Amino acid sequence: MFRSMHDRWTAPLSWVGRSAVATAAAFGQFGSFAGSVLRAVPDVTTWGRLLILQMARLGVESIPIALFIAAFTGIVLALQASYTFTGAIPLYFVGVLVEKTMILELGPVLTGLALAGRVGANIAAELGTMKVTEQIDALETLAYDPVAYLVVPRVLAGAIMFPFVVAFANAMGILGGWVTSLNLLDLSTPEFVRGLRLFFRPFDVQFSLIKATSFGLVVTALGCFFGFRTTGGAEGVGRATTRAVVAGSMMILVLDAFWAVALL
Amino acid sequence: MSIQLQEVRKAFGEKVVLRGVSLEVKEGETVVIIGGSGSGKSVLLKTIVGLLTPDSGRVLVDGQDVAALRRQELYELRRRVGYVFQFAALFDSMTVADNVAMGLRRVPGMSQADIEERVRESLRLVDLEGYGERYPAELSGGQRKRAGLARAIATRPKYVLYDEPTTGLDPVTTALIDRLILKLRDELGVTSVVITHDLASAYRVGDRIAMLHDGVIRFEGSPADLRQTEDPVVRAFVEGRPELLQEVV
Repeated sequence: MFRSMHDRWTAPLSWVGRSAVATAAAFGQFGSFAGSVLRAVPDVTTWGRLLILQMARLGVESIPIALFIAAFTGIVLALQASYTFTGAIPLYFVGVLVEKTMILELGPVLTGLALAGRVGANIAAELGTMKVTEQIDALETLAYDPVAYLVVPRVLAGAIMFPFVVAFANAMGILGGWVTSLNLLDLSTPEFVRGLRLFFRPFDVQFSLIKATSFGLVVTALGCFFGFRTTGGAEGVGRATTRAVVAGSMMILVLDAFWAVALL
Repeated sequence: MSIQLQEVRKAFGEKVVLRGVSLEVKEGETVVIIGGSGSGKSVLLKTIVGLLTPDSGRVLVDGQDVAALRRQELYELRRRVGYVFQFAALFDSMTVADNVAMGLRRVPGMSQADIEERVRESLRLVDLEGYGERYPAELSGGQRKRAGLARAIATRPKYVLYDEPTTGLDPVTTALIDRLILKLRDELGVTSVVITHDLASAYRVGDRIAMLHDGVIRFEGSPADLRQTEDPVVRAFVEGRPELLQEVV
């Protein structure tokens, strides 16, 4: 009786303790994994010829989904800006809001979240399947460093290509806002461009691309990390994929806040 | 030179898989390791190529302690060891020819023409000529195993480790794989360690047979010795008679 009451009180605490230890261990393991990635970077002969392929797969093939999201975001931003201003603020400020919001925030973050799903899930599922079918062990036995062969080209491709994808998304969002302003808001092109240029600073673009690079690094690195840790067959691959997407999305939001605090 | 396992112990968390395994594989011989499911046979094989590190004890290949090797030294050693995986572990995204060529691309001084020639030769050895441009998904189970074998022997390794090479195959394909193992021993002079459940296969290819039971080598001897052993645990496994285990209890 006393024991069951005792267990009832301590069980939640035990769960919190175990979760905290598991989380700390996961951070430690990710740190160790990141170290192995850095050590594998000089092995260019292994990853060099795979980089272009990964840049195409992770970057170029992600452009359509990024453009789709950005176009609709630009449309909505323009309409919401006009709705919010309600005549109190000159309508050319629509250009200001579309440009600033797309470049500083929604371009990189929405694209990052979409790619956390597309790229992070793809990497975790692919490497997870390779892990459970012993293909990663096979690479080892053939004298390949699996980290140099599988992880380095993906992480570098993510860091290189995410800024390009985000740059296209930013441009598409502004284009969407411009077309909407012309057709639905009675705003002329010179007025919209006036708004765009009013508070534009070249640093806005740098800020956007720095964020995109960091998102590319974490999304691909987490996809690889969870893929490499996969155990237990198809169910394990599903679990690794979910974890990669959730962790990637969370890290994008954390980094988003970090860069705002650090650079703005 | 040879492969030597000295008092190898390995545990995964609470579960102790190897409790002090000692075994020597001499140059040019084929040693078959038999044992029940989960007895640690694959773990043992993985310690030989450094895919797993023993908790204690030593694994020596050509006199080198595998666990003590630096990464580059380990890769040098792995070029001398071919590994045939239980389910072939072929790279899905590559053709059979590319799979076989993977190890060859790590061999210094091999030109593209040399690699292509060696790939053809290796596929010919396992009777898979003309399958080079197919993808693993387009092969049958037996063909996959043979493609895995071709990949393992492409670099002409001194040692080949087979992890259940005939599991799940029909008797004809099993006999074909056994003949290939013998052919590789006779034609390429490879030293082999074969893990199997299949006793017919073990008798066919083994110069010596060892049985892993309860984390230790319970029996070691020639195929003839295995047939004559009085050890009830070994007989229970060999004859498929679990009731003999009651004699042990």
